[in-house]
Amino acid sequence: MWQFIGIRVIQGIFTLLVISLLVFLATRLTGDPALVLLPPEASSKADYERVKKQLGLDKPLSTQYLIFLSGAVRGDFGLSIRDRRPTRDLLLERLPATLQLALAGMVLAIVIGVPLGILSAVKRDSFLDKGAKLFAVLGMAAPQFWVAIMLILLFGAILKVLPTYGREGPENFILPSFVLAWSIMAGITRLGRSSMLEVLDSDYVRFARIKGLKDGMVVWKHALRNALIPILTFSGISLAGLLNGAIVVEQVFAWPGLGRLMLDGVLQRNFPVVQAAVMASAFFYILTALIVDILYVYADPRIRH
Amino acid sequence: MATPDLVLTTAQPQQSWRQRLAEKKLPWIPIVVLLVLLVCAAFAPWLAPHEPTSLNVINSKLAPFESSEHPLGTDVLGRDMMSRLIYGARTTVQISVTALALGAIIGTVVGLVSGYWGGWADAVLMRITDAALGFPTILLALVVVVIMDPGPLAIILAVLLTVWARFARMIRGDVLTVKGYDFVTLARITGVKSPIILWRHIFPNVANTLMVITSLMVGQIILLEAALSFLGLGLSPGAPAWGIMVAEGQEVILDVWWLSLFPGVAITVVVLAFNFFGDWLRDFLDPKLRRAG
Repeated sequence: MWQFIGIRVIQGIFTLLVISLLVFLATRLTGDPALVLLPPEASSKADYERVKKQLGLDKPLSTQYLIFLSGAVRGDFGLSIRDRRPTRDLLLERLPATLQLALAGMVLAIVIGVPLGILSAVKRDSFLDKGAKLFAVLGMAAPQFWVAIMLILLFGAILKVLPTYGREGPENFILPSFVLAWSIMAGITRLGRSSMLEVLDSDYVRFARIKGLKDGMVVWKHALRNALIPILTFSGISLAGLLNGAIVVEQVFAWPGLGRLMLDGVLQRNFPVVQAAVMASAFFYILTALIVDILYVYADPRIRH
Repeated sequence: MATPDLVLTTAQPQQSWRQRLAEKKLPWIPIVVLLVLLVCAAFAPWLAPHEPTSLNVINSKLAPFESSEHPLGTDVLGRDMMSRLIYGARTTVQISVTALALGAIIGTVVGLVSGYWGGWADAVLMRITDAALGFPTILLALVVVVIMDPGPLAIILAVLLTVWARFARMIRGDVLTVKGYDFVTLARITGVKSPIILWRHIFPNVANTLMVITSLMVGQIILLEAALSFLGLGLSPGAPAWGIMVAEGQEVILDVWWLSLFPGVAITVVVLAFNFFGDWLRDFLDPKLRRAG
């Protein structure tokens, strides 16, 4: 098991290195970073040379990459072009907002998705089962950015019951985390239903029933544990979707997180900020994927050996 | 069951096309939706009542059904909603089909090579595939846009970068199975060259899988394209793309609700249709692939 974790850690570090190289080259490919970083009031040749030297752009590319990498480890990607603030501060300021949102979304998806999937399986073909299916099918087809805007229209403008932007209080979390959670919830519900149906049909569950155990006990204690394994796998895969979603959701709800920082950075061609935000998201993404992998080993004893 | 030493195994159940079609009725509603989409995309200039980008400030913010000339209303700049939706179908189809076709070709080649030759090439290709599969698409798209500026090409490349890997993974799995069949061994014994074996003997047997993944991927690709357009990473503002139209409507949602509503409905309906059609095709072509529930 330790060997498995070790391999995954090395793979993660390798992927991060590849991404860092990509991000590093991205800014070099789009033209001269010194020109981009040159303050608008300074435009003489001497200024240009000074900025170039200051940024270390007169050194060979490989040395530049190593400098970039050693800064990246400390979260230091230089100053934001727009407001001259260190990217490190920006990251520390924005990161909690995104982590909270992602966590809220994932928790919501699991807390609603798992029981809904299991009830759908237990009460197969019932009204609840069909309703859950409709909910899931729509969740996988409706674009998140559009759902978000429609919810703002409904709850913010027409019913006026929920705030639609910012993150002042807990009520601010309701709409963004639901939008973020819906498509993942849909997947979890469908998967939970099918894996529960499969488990309920297995010999050990039948035996538990024959022994005379109560239905609730059989479903929630005996069957649930095995039915959860595919859901855990799926949750791991959904992390990519969660990050995709966060960028969109933060944009619509004016959520001051990493996704917005990244998008604004790209649209304003603010390279240090883009580099910082992309590397930070990649790091957290890979870290969470690793944690899911380890959890997976614990949940499924067959892998442990 | 006793089997002779050499049997020409086939990957397909022996049942005629027509028999199976009679068993599994065609999903008419999704097919009609998809036909409408394709017709709109192909004949947009003839179907659209107005130019999708022509401004008309006098007739701006017309509500749906308010004027017979603009059945679905107009936007803030007086552009005809219906025409923009029809041209939007064209944008969606162009970008999705290009990304999908390229992704399918690259993924299939990688899957065939990886599965057939195995060994070192397989290990390297599959690690790259894993990395591409695991990485969030919009993040990739942002990196692509930083390198090459927003535009349709950036979107296609961003989508392509994640799509090919799904094809590669699935096709490789199928190749591993087909490779073991006796007709492949026979071909190899008789001295057929590898590229010909791959093309003539293996590819036809993974074609079904290819069709199924393609149809199941379309919906996701359309959603992705729409999201990237919405974020302003694709076509320039004002261009008739459904994602951009939703974004344009967002600022004035309280005032002119139909601007965001209609393109969003269009995306949802089209994605639903593709998803249902893909599910049907999977059941029809290969009952083995069907999952429970």
